[in-house]
Amino acid sequence: MTATTTPYAELKAPTTARRLLTAPTTGPLVALLLACAFFSLSTDQFLTGGNFSLIVQQVMVVGTLAIGQTLIILTAGIDLSCGAVMAFGSIVIAKMAAEGSLPPLAAIALGIVVCGGFGLVNGLLVQKIPLPPFIVTLGMLNVAFALTHIYSEEQTVSSLPGPLTALGQTFPLGNTDITYGSLVTIALFLLLAYALSSTGWGQHVYALGNSPEAARLNGIRTSRLTIGVYTVAGLLYGIAALLLISRTGVGDPQAGQTDNLDSITAVVLGGTSLFGGRGSVLGTFIGVLIVGVFRNGLQLMGVASIYQTLITGVLVILAVTVDQLSRKKAR
Amino acid sequence: MSRISRLPSSLLRVTACTGVAALALTACGSGSGSDTASSGSGSVKVGLITKTDTNPFFVKMKEGAEKAAKENGAQLSTAAGKFDGDNAGQVTAIENMVAAGVKGILITPSDSKAIVPAIEKARAKGVLVIALDTPTEPESAVDALFATDNLKAGELIGEYAKAAMKGKSAKIAALDLAPGVSVGVQRHNGFLKGFGATDKDVVCAQDTGGDQAKGQTAMENCLQKEPGINVVYTINEPAALGAYTALKAKGREKDVLIVSVDGGCTGTKAVKDGKIAATSQQYPLKMAAEGVKAVVTFAKDGKKASGYTDTGVTLITDKAQDGVTSKDTAYGLENCWG
Repeated sequence: MTATTTPYAELKAPTTARRLLTAPTTGPLVALLLACAFFSLSTDQFLTGGNFSLIVQQVMVVGTLAIGQTLIILTAGIDLSCGAVMAFGSIVIAKMAAEGSLPPLAAIALGIVVCGGFGLVNGLLVQKIPLPPFIVTLGMLNVAFALTHIYSEEQTVSSLPGPLTALGQTFPLGNTDITYGSLVTIALFLLLAYALSSTGWGQHVYALGNSPEAARLNGIRTSRLTIGVYTVAGLLYGIAALLLISRTGVGDPQAGQTDNLDSITAVVLGGTSLFGGRGSVLGTFIGVLIVGVFRNGLQLMGVASIYQTLITGVLVILAVTVDQLSRKKAR
Repeated sequence: MSRISRLPSSLLRVTACTGVAALALTACGSGSGSDTASSGSGSVKVGLITKTDTNPFFVKMKEGAEKAAKENGAQLSTAAGKFDGDNAGQVTAIENMVAAGVKGILITPSDSKAIVPAIEKARAKGVLVIALDTPTEPESAVDALFATDNLKAGELIGEYAKAAMKGKSAKIAALDLAPGVSVGVQRHNGFLKGFGATDKDVVCAQDTGGDQAKGQTAMENCLQKEPGINVVYTINEPAALGAYTALKAKGREKDVLIVSVDGGCTGTKAVKDGKIAATSQQYPLKMAAEGVKAVVTFAKDGKKASGYTDTGVTLITDKAQDGVTSKDTAYGLENCWG
């Protein structure tokens, strides 16, 4: 079946404005802009091109994980294994390439496919047995974490070939250096935003999150769709693994230990509902930028990093509260 | 049936623009955040990046840095990783501090190798980078290192344990830090060297992460494996106290010798109480203070600190052994940290 999209003609300007005001991304966007305004006034190093480029660089890894996390949360699932899967992918890429078992590009491809494989297994377990996503991915977190440490023999892999760190290179834009990896992350956000909002697949993901039963009765192949979502998320974790390597210049078995919760934080801050069916990846991008802006801005102000954690916690609770209240209103 | 996707393409475009805004802003942004020229306020900016925010050792290090910053008219900003081993968090902190225009960064690397590229970037921008407590790999990646000689710290308690055993055959348990972390490896090897033993003589080795609960679990498991253990080397005092708890539960606390490294106040008190036989005390406040001074000196006359400075280590015990130099717990408590 093909999904029905709202014809564009129906969206007159006032409606668009009203929709903007009630869109789930509006709150996070306002919060982000307020934070930016606050830090611009508080410290003169905040509002510079170099600093914004830096913030995007700093959030690109968790941001890319958070795209996959958003897809899964939209289906009312959750993925605790993303950071650990990414860490394993990065060790696969780094070791394969550094020890010369594979050409660099093949090593990258293998790492991404391996991460996709983890996603596929997650999806199969969630869908076919079926098991709760929380438990499946909690198990997978431990499996991936252990495999990372076994395979890496606890060694950081350094002296990597050029292609692995290519995305960490910069190009000048105006008088600012932009990292190629930032562009990859932004491109992925736009791609998935388009897929969710303007393709049948995207409509089905929302339908599945809203009511799996209704989706099934409407002829959506919910089983295949769920497994697909987890697999796509896995592939995204693989790309995040490459971005991580390009950023740090090494394969690090210790990496990503808190990234699962950080990615969920970004999703929640971006206005995506943990109950599934509501939200967007662009909201998640705003969410991840909120975290990045606070971390960077408070650091520039010389505020201890523990306060950033405190503020993030408060913002998360606020975001979920807003989501709940708006759902109540909708009923 | 409930409403499906609420993202009309116009909204998509609007939000997409904000997405690109970060990039667009960079194009029209004024200047780049990378100049490390003198700070506006006239005082020297110094950054301190520790492994975590919560470990008392690093809390003390921060205090030492703050005190030294006050005395030298410098402005200190601090940051830390989220957990021990959080390299990405430290990289982010370095970048932000360079953007904030610090003259120098003091860092206790969570991952000696992985942090190197980020340090190189900061140094390329003219920032003085000094490692505290933990060396980078290679050590030349930073301008200077202010640290305890961890090998020597291990050697001291090794020699002490050897003397205290008075020729009895030793069954050694090692409660280590984590695989591949240089601090842990050096203390462990130093202990064996001082004791005149090899890894073959260690009947049980376990990683504890320097955590008391994990130290207890590790000791419990070691006693399961080899009930005859009579010497326990521990990476730090929390692990030692965990070991003590496990031994006490088995009624073995009196006849097993526990030695440790750190010299934190809680640990030193445990030496006084006879729970730990001896500990090698180190001086984190001094590391941080020396580091701050080095950055201020660099800011004033451009002189860069270089090489390795040993900030000293002292064996603390109330049961001194012949031929092993030590100080008592009174001295230890006077100079302890945490």
